[in-house]
Amino acid sequence: MSILVDEKSRIVVQGITGKEGAFHTKQMLDYGTKVVAGVTPGKGGQKVEGVPVFNTVRQAVQKEGANVACIFVPPPFAADAVIDAAASGIEVIVCITEGIPVLDMVKVSGFLKGRDCVLIGPNCPGIISPGKTKVGIMPGFIHSRGHMAVISRSGTLTYEAVDQLTRVGLGQSTCIGIGGDPIVGTTFIDHLKRFKNDPDTEGVVLIGEIGGSAEEEAAEYIQREFNKPVIAFIAGQTAPPGRRMGHAGAIISGGQGKAEDKIKALQNAGITVAINLGVLGQTALKIMK
Amino acid sequence: MKLHEYQAKELLGNWGIPVPAGQLATTPEEAAKAAQTIAGPPWVVKAQIHAGGRGKAGGVKVVQSPEEVVSVTGSLLGKPLKTKQTGPEGSVVNQVFIEEGVDIEREFYISMVIDRTTASPAMIFSQAGGTDIEETAAKSAGQIYRENIDPAVGWMDHNARNLLYSLDSLPPAESMRAFMSVMANVYKAFVNLDCSLLEINPLVLTKDGKVIAIDAKITIDDNALFRHKELLALDDPREKDPLELMANEYNLNYIRLNGNIGAMVNGAGLAMATMDVIKMAGAEPANFLDVGGSASEEMITRGVEIILKDSRVKAILINIFGGILRCDVLARGVVAAAKKTGIELPLIVRLEGTNVEAGREILNDSGLKFLVAKDLAEAAELVARQV
Repeated sequence: MSILVDEKSRIVVQGITGKEGAFHTKQMLDYGTKVVAGVTPGKGGQKVEGVPVFNTVRQAVQKEGANVACIFVPPPFAADAVIDAAASGIEVIVCITEGIPVLDMVKVSGFLKGRDCVLIGPNCPGIISPGKTKVGIMPGFIHSRGHMAVISRSGTLTYEAVDQLTRVGLGQSTCIGIGGDPIVGTTFIDHLKRFKNDPDTEGVVLIGEIGGSAEEEAAEYIQREFNKPVIAFIAGQTAPPGRRMGHAGAIISGGQGKAEDKIKALQNAGITVAINLGVLGQTALKIMK
Repeated sequence: MKLHEYQAKELLGNWGIPVPAGQLATTPEEAAKAAQTIAGPPWVVKAQIHAGGRGKAGGVKVVQSPEEVVSVTGSLLGKPLKTKQTGPEGSVVNQVFIEEGVDIEREFYISMVIDRTTASPAMIFSQAGGTDIEETAAKSAGQIYRENIDPAVGWMDHNARNLLYSLDSLPPAESMRAFMSVMANVYKAFVNLDCSLLEINPLVLTKDGKVIAIDAKITIDDNALFRHKELLALDDPREKDPLELMANEYNLNYIRLNGNIGAMVNGAGLAMATMDVIKMAGAEPANFLDVGGSASEEMITRGVEIILKDSRVKAILINIFGGILRCDVLARGVVAAAKKTGIELPLIVRLEGTNVEAGREILNDSGLKFLVAKDLAEAAELVARQV
């Protein structure tokens, strides 16, 4: 098994006629992903890599039965694209777009509350269930099928982690980049809950970075009710402090966000933290043996 | 994008938040004129730099005569002001803001930010306004009140009541109305200007019952600037590091640090982790440079050029894990930069991901010398050997 997406997922690519949209549509098709439709307003009727293009997400859902969206729409229009997908009945929305205004994400977040729909991202590499489907921009060939889950706030750092896992012989069930923006659709905990119930997932690699308190919250959840081994890495241990915006950020987060605090919280929760990125794969192998 | 205090106050004034009368001066002559038009004494002369902590660093002076306005202005202009937030070299004062003095009864703190956890704007309010608000937040969190706003509904009067009726002693009824109006307008300004931070500290209650913003800090969400062309003119490039400025021009995310290993990485997370790896190998990164997910060949070339402009750099580590950014694009950009600049420093390249074979081929066929690392551990080792 895997979570959220598998070989049955039917993908609609929003922004399919753009440069990145078209390139990654081909990459996804090559991987075996069922890309069944594309959407670009005004370009309905065209084809990209043999995939039919529609003017609206609603048409793509009605005509091709799309149930997963992958969004490459430019930042000014991306919030509309996410809400459009959700309103059209898409179940899993993967938003790759980087640079969406944070107040637009406030709106999106409000709209999605209480809806039966999962948003991954924005500003993320997407989600892949190796050997089944990839919805996003990660290089497919570094993945291998197996039993490790990966959840990460970073894009390229996720590839690094996955590459190391594959090299030490640890395949993956599903890898998710949750996105690096201040407001993202889903958190570590949302996905940990799913991996907890996925019989195919035997362990989790969790990749965090400085800022916010998502890692601390995940640590608390894992200690309370997660029953599989977790290996973590935190980027930014040597990042210089400062570059803070006024007082407000510090006040609202109660001084959280530093790498050392995150590492401490994770270790206190019994989680193995790989301090050096170069040995993440080896560390995971030791724990999983 | 950070704004100066005088710019922030002008915007706040436009949104109906009372601010003291004030004028900008870039010369002592302009300061003399300002003292004639603004009611006083007293006057307040305030250095305009982006960093906070100006008061304690001597960048804010209360003066009693027009002559003092001129002399204080002269003593501030053109000189670096060193505050807690500027770093050791300080930040040069190019302009001062001259304001009428205000008779202060009480000082408050008010700000608005986006709360990540609830994905909503949050107003923070405290009766402990002034220069030590950070300490207050750390020591007595009970003095800090917070109100999250439902973005679908917007600001409601009860939001203001929740904050105001938390105060130990209430302002007079007239002033309560003024506070409610300021709070509602702070929310409006925050949302309409796409702020990531709007902070007024202190917000004061005057002896005659008025509520006035004495200092203001606004940061605009860079991602939203495409819909605020009118705000672009408020950018002050003098406040930024010249190399960072050049990087901005090409949409590169560059931060200058103190070491001697130049680094170019794609993705902020991997860039931070690469800096960690450099440090653990016993070297110091000279910079953080994230070329982003979808860099073009030209951006890569510019990135290398910017790193090379930093004379302290003794070696360069390029760590790319291709996703959207394809390794062949990266390789062409690096080769172009190397040829253009005639680079002589050791160049360590670690490539992986999309189109990695094509990328390696381009590097090999270029006739240039690269140290190619097969993984991150080896890259770190090669870096360590350069110092």
